[in-house]
Amino acid sequence: MTDNILDSDSLRSSINESISNQKRSTVTVLSSLLAVQDSLHYIPDEAIEEIASFCKVTINDVWSVASFYTNFRFTPPGDKTLDVCWGPSCHINGAQKLITKAHDLLDIEGEGESSDNKVTLRYSTCLGACAQSPVFAIDHKMFGKLDEGKVETIIDTLKKE
Amino acid sequence: MSQNYKNLKNLSEKYISDIYDNKVVIKVQTGTSGQAVGADEVLKTLEAKNSKEINVLEVGSMGLMYLEPMIVVCLPSKDNIYYANVTENIASEIYDHYSSKETIYKQNAFAYESNSSLDVDFPNINDLPQFSNQLRIATRNFGDITPGDIFQYINNEGYSALDKALFEMSPEEVVEEVKNSGLRGRGGAAFPTGVKWSFLAPNQAPTKYVLCNCEEGDPGAYNDKGILETDPHTLVEGLILNGYATNSNKSYVFIRQGHDIPINAIERAIKEAYDNGILGENILGSNFSFDMEVSLTGDSYVAGEETALMEAIEGKRSTPRFKPPFPAASGLWKKPTNINNVKTISYVPEIIKNGSEWFKGTGTEKSTGTAIVCLSGHINRPGMYEIPMGMTINDVLENIGGGSNSETDIKMLQTGGPLGGVLGKEAFSTKIDFDEMAKSGAILGSGGIIVCDESVSVVDLIRNLVAFNQFESCGKCFPCRLGNTHMYDVLDRLCNSKSEPNDLALLERIGNSMKIGSLCGHGQLGYNPISSSLKYFQSEISDSINNISEPLEKMLIPTRTRPNNLE
Repeated sequence: MTDNILDSDSLRSSINESISNQKRSTVTVLSSLLAVQDSLHYIPDEAIEEIASFCKVTINDVWSVASFYTNFRFTPPGDKTLDVCWGPSCHINGAQKLITKAHDLLDIEGEGESSDNKVTLRYSTCLGACAQSPVFAIDHKMFGKLDEGKVETIIDTLKKE
Repeated sequence: MSQNYKNLKNLSEKYISDIYDNKVVIKVQTGTSGQAVGADEVLKTLEAKNSKEINVLEVGSMGLMYLEPMIVVCLPSKDNIYYANVTENIASEIYDHYSSKETIYKQNAFAYESNSSLDVDFPNINDLPQFSNQLRIATRNFGDITPGDIFQYINNEGYSALDKALFEMSPEEVVEEVKNSGLRGRGGAAFPTGVKWSFLAPNQAPTKYVLCNCEEGDPGAYNDKGILETDPHTLVEGLILNGYATNSNKSYVFIRQGHDIPINAIERAIKEAYDNGILGENILGSNFSFDMEVSLTGDSYVAGEETALMEAIEGKRSTPRFKPPFPAASGLWKKPTNINNVKTISYVPEIIKNGSEWFKGTGTEKSTGTAIVCLSGHINRPGMYEIPMGMTINDVLENIGGGSNSETDIKMLQTGGPLGGVLGKEAFSTKIDFDEMAKSGAILGSGGIIVCDESVSVVDLIRNLVAFNQFESCGKCFPCRLGNTHMYDVLDRLCNSKSEPNDLALLERIGNSMKIGSLCGHGQLGYNPISSSLKYFQSEISDSINNISEPLEKMLIPTRTRPNNLE
C-alpha cells in the first residue's frame, strides 16, 4: 500500500468518486466514510474535508463519526490485514497462545503493521464463525480450527504473497 | 392465490425441474462457518467439473457446523446422501463417482435421507439426535436452497404467506395473528412482537419505517447472520409483512460492514425480489408498496441497541437516545419506527402461513415457538440448532451437542452474549425459555451458548467478557464508560493474585452504579457476568479474592487508541 500512496489531488478525486457513486440510496456521513475506507482502506485528512463538504456538515461532525467506529483507520494499512479473534469462544479454545504466536512471527506488538508494512494485525471481538474457533481472518477470508502449526502456515503464505 | 403469485409459482416450477429432473444435484454448504474450514475451495473444485448428469448448487449451512465442509448429494431417486468433512480431493472423487455410477459412494458419508431404508452402514439423518431433536421453523430452508435465489425459495412455498396476507387479510388481522402467536423478540429483550407492531400500526404519519437489526455483535452468537446468509428471502418476506401490518413503506436491514457473505446474500435477495414484483410498487399486483435497503454500520457493538441503531442509519455516532419518546412515536429521522431482530422477523412468514394456533403448539406457554441456539466452545458438535422452547439446557448439551469434547466435564456455560450470564452445572436442568433462563441468572438473549470444560477459570472468562464490554462501551454514559474500565482493572488484579480485601464489594458497587446510571443495556447489564458467576462459583472466586489461586496469564486485548493524526 505504501508504494501507491496518491498525491493530494488524485487522492481527492478518488475520494470524490467513491463518495458520489455509493451504491445504496441513503447517503450519510457514515456511509461516505465506509465508502472511502472500502476503496482506500483508510481515511486520509482529505476524505474528512471532502465528506464534510459533500454532506454539508462541519469537519468536526465528520471527525466525531470517524473517531467513534473502531474499524476506521487514519494511516494506510499493510498490504494484507490479519484479524485475530479474542472473543470468548476463541479465547477458551486457546486464542491467546495463537495471538502471541502471530505477534512473534510477524514481529508486531499489540495491533499494528509489520516493519515491511506487508501485514496489519488487528484484534477482532468476534468474526462470526464461533463454531470453528479459534478463528483468524485475512482480508475477511476466515481460517478456522486453528492451532499453532496452522497459524505458522497461514502467516508464511501471508509473508510470501 | 393472486395471478402474479401463480405466475411466479409456474416460473419456479420450470426453474426447479431444470435443476433436478434426471440429474444428480450436489449441494455444497458454504457460508461464514464453512468458509473457515475450506468449503469455498470444495465448491470451486466441483464447479470446475463439467458433467451433463450433475448439477452443482451452492447452498447455505444446515447448522451442523462441526461436520463442515459438508455436501449433500441428491439422487434422481429422491434419496439424499450427506457427506461430512469433505476435502477438495474427496469432493472430486464423489463427483467422478456419481457421473459414471449409480451406486452410493460411501467414504465420508455420515447420513442419508430417504423414504425407504437404504442398505448402507450409516444412519438415516432423522435418526440422529442432533437432527431429530430440532424443530426447524425459521431455519426450515437451511442447507436446502441457494441463498437469495428467489425461485428456489418460492418452490419451497416462499412468499405464499405474503400472498395470503396481501389478498386475504387486513393489516389489523396480520397484527392480531402475530399478537396471538405469542411471538416475542429474539434480540434479547423478549418483548411481545405483535404488541410492538400494534404501537406503530395506528399512527397516521405518512412516512413510517420498519427496521431489521442484524448488528449481531455478541461473541458466540451467529444466528442472525446465519439466517441472512442462508435464507435471506425468509427475512425479506417477514419484513414486508411487518411493513404491511403496520402500514409502513420503507425498511432498512442493518448490518456491520465487512460481513460480506450475509451482506451479499441479502442484497441478492432484495434485488431478486424487486425484479419479480415482490418489492417496490404494488407488490404482487396489490395496492401495497414497500421498499427495502441495506444500511451498513462501522464496528460498534452498541449500534445494536435500537435507538443507537437509528443514529447509525442517520450516519451519526451510534450512541443510545433518551426514551421517551419511544421509536413507535419518534424514531428514525424522527418518524414513527419499528425495530425487530432478524430471528423474530424470520418466524413471521410461517406464522401467517400456518396460523398463530399452530405456532403456539410449540414451546411453553409464555415462550412460544422455538429458540435458535449457537453452540461453541468445548462441545462435540458446535453448530446452529433450532429447538422447541422448553427443552432443558442439559438436553441441548447432551442430545444435540454431544457433550464435552475433552476429557473433563462441562463446567459452565456463557449464554446470551457478554452482557448475559455464566451458568454452573446446577442450572443445566433449566428449561430454555425467556423466563426460566432469566430466573437462573442468565438470559437466553441472542441464543449464543459458549460451553466451557473444567480447564476454564471462571475469573478468566469474566475478565474476557468485561474486557469486551469495556472495549465496546460507547462512552455516552460515564457510569458505563468508567465502570467497565474500573471493573476490568479489578478483575485483572484478581487474575494476577493481587486482589484487595474489598474487591468483591467494590465490583458490586460499580455494577450498581452502572445499572442505575446508564441509558441502555450495555451499562445496565454490565455487572451480569459477575453477579451470575458469583451465584454458581462463589468459592472459586473467593480463592481468587484471597489470592490463593495461581496467577493467570496476562490477557492480550486491544486498547482503544486515538486516531494518530489527531495527536
